[in-house]
Amino acid sequence: MVVKKTIVVENLKYRYPNTSKLALDSISFSVDEGQFVGIVGKNLAGKSTLCEALVGLVPHFYKGAYGGKVVVDGVEVLNSSIGEMARHIGIVFQNPFTQITAAKLTVYEEIAFGLENLGMDRVEMVKRIDYVLDLLGLYDFKDRNPFELSGGQMQRLAIAGIIAMKPTVIVLDEPTSQLDPQGSEEVFKAVQRLSKEGVTIVMVEQKMEKIAQYADKVMLISEGKMIDFDSPQKLFSREDLENFGVEPPVFTTIAKKLNVKDETTGLYPVTIDEARRLFSL
Amino acid sequence: MNLVDVKNVSFAYSENNFVLQNISFSLQKGSVAIIGQNGSGKTTLVKLLKGLLKPKVGDVFIKGINTKDTTAAKLAKTVGLVFQNPNDQIFKNKVLDEVMFGPLNIGQSVDEARENALRALEIVSLTEKSQENPYDLSLSERKLISIASILSMNTDIVIFDEPTIAQDCWGKTRVKDIVRLLVSAGKLVITITHDMDFVGECFERVIVLNKGKLLLDGSAKDVFSQEDVLSAAYLEPPYITQLCHQLHYDEVFLSPESFISYYESHRQKKETNDAKH
Repeated sequence: MVVKKTIVVENLKYRYPNTSKLALDSISFSVDEGQFVGIVGKNLAGKSTLCEALVGLVPHFYKGAYGGKVVVDGVEVLNSSIGEMARHIGIVFQNPFTQITAAKLTVYEEIAFGLENLGMDRVEMVKRIDYVLDLLGLYDFKDRNPFELSGGQMQRLAIAGIIAMKPTVIVLDEPTSQLDPQGSEEVFKAVQRLSKEGVTIVMVEQKMEKIAQYADKVMLISEGKMIDFDSPQKLFSREDLENFGVEPPVFTTIAKKLNVKDETTGLYPVTIDEARRLFSL
Repeated sequence: MNLVDVKNVSFAYSENNFVLQNISFSLQKGSVAIIGQNGSGKTTLVKLLKGLLKPKVGDVFIKGINTKDTTAAKLAKTVGLVFQNPNDQIFKNKVLDEVMFGPLNIGQSVDEARENALRALEIVSLTEKSQENPYDLSLSERKLISIASILSMNTDIVIFDEPTIAQDCWGKTRVKDIVRLLVSAGKLVITITHDMDFVGECFERVIVLNKGKLLLDGSAKDVFSQEDVLSAAYLEPPYITQLCHQLHYDEVFLSPESFISYYESHRQKKETNDAKH
């Protein structure tokens, strides 16, 4: 069976207006349908710019110099408006507070907002809202005011609003940085469930332990360039990782110092389960 | 004398809806992390320590002075607070001016303020950026500028609100170094944080808040050993500590360094034993 590529990026180059340095420099990669991809790198490496290029904010909103090709769900970003792209790809930002419309009084209506804007048929709309309320574990809160939710619940609502539009790909830019540990875990679990349902996930994240646990593949970006794109085990086992301003999961850090590797793969552990297995004396 | 005394403090923003209930603890110089879920009362507690809020019941004493008998402006000489988001704190268009603002505001002369500001910038290793606009710097660097702006006031108590949030590993390492430096300089460093690995590596004492009540207060080792109590408050120990539990170690380790030295010595013992047999 041929797996569908939901994202294909070819030699993408981009420079913001009035700057001299490339924010994205010759980036090429592709992502399979339903894959969960984590993006890591230090501040200003180009992670958020890459997200913006996938949804079309780059170049349509930010303008600037653009070269190469980004194709999402078979549609080329350069030839489609941000509005058209929204039918194929959705984005969730860092701060849940800034994503809630504040125009709606209940969680239910908030999720309906995007669908109303698509001019969707009422029967289909109700069906989709019920589906996402269940998927994101928000059914018990459907009549609540969005601003009376906790941070984790509000971020799940932001994701629900995007899912209801049935995009093929969802991009999340540090969605858990403002959340407490329980809220972060809720978001990761919800996103993992989506990826199992076939939605392609691209997530920028600083919490390496979580990325190692949940992502299928990890992309390392530095100074606008893609340094590596591989399994969490292979990527975090790189000995030169710290040169790019990235610290691997703490389990990998201690394994590197103690030279504890999986004998068959020659790779370091990246999750607590792998670490428990390899550190048992 | 204690630097901080919190005595039977309760606080409510609206009538009878108490977000903090009967909290008591004392703090001397050293490092303390306050942890708890969103909405557990951490930020309210910090605002009470800073004198921005006054207790509805009970009293808060900073170096023996009741916050009800003084003003937040006077307390600013003793208690410094670094905001969670540097963009909420930074408002000048030159780094040096930003870092000099605090000292000038608490009555230092221009020369004194400049000297303190330059020393603070040296501590956060951003001396060479002193003439730049803070908004031309990276988020990690801006966070360090917001820290320098508080360090320049040379307060006995420094409070950090989520200092590792949205920081890459370079920024996190700088923040950890700064906390250790302040502690060795005899300050009281308090942090609110969700980052348990940061707590395990840098903080001696941990206070756990749950739904406005003080759930645990003790050494980081004692607090993080109580996995059951923590999980009732939806908290987890640092990853290293979780690994120790899963490996059934008798001892609890909070930092990668302490785990590494323990594991190394045990591995050697095992190798010697294996060689004997």
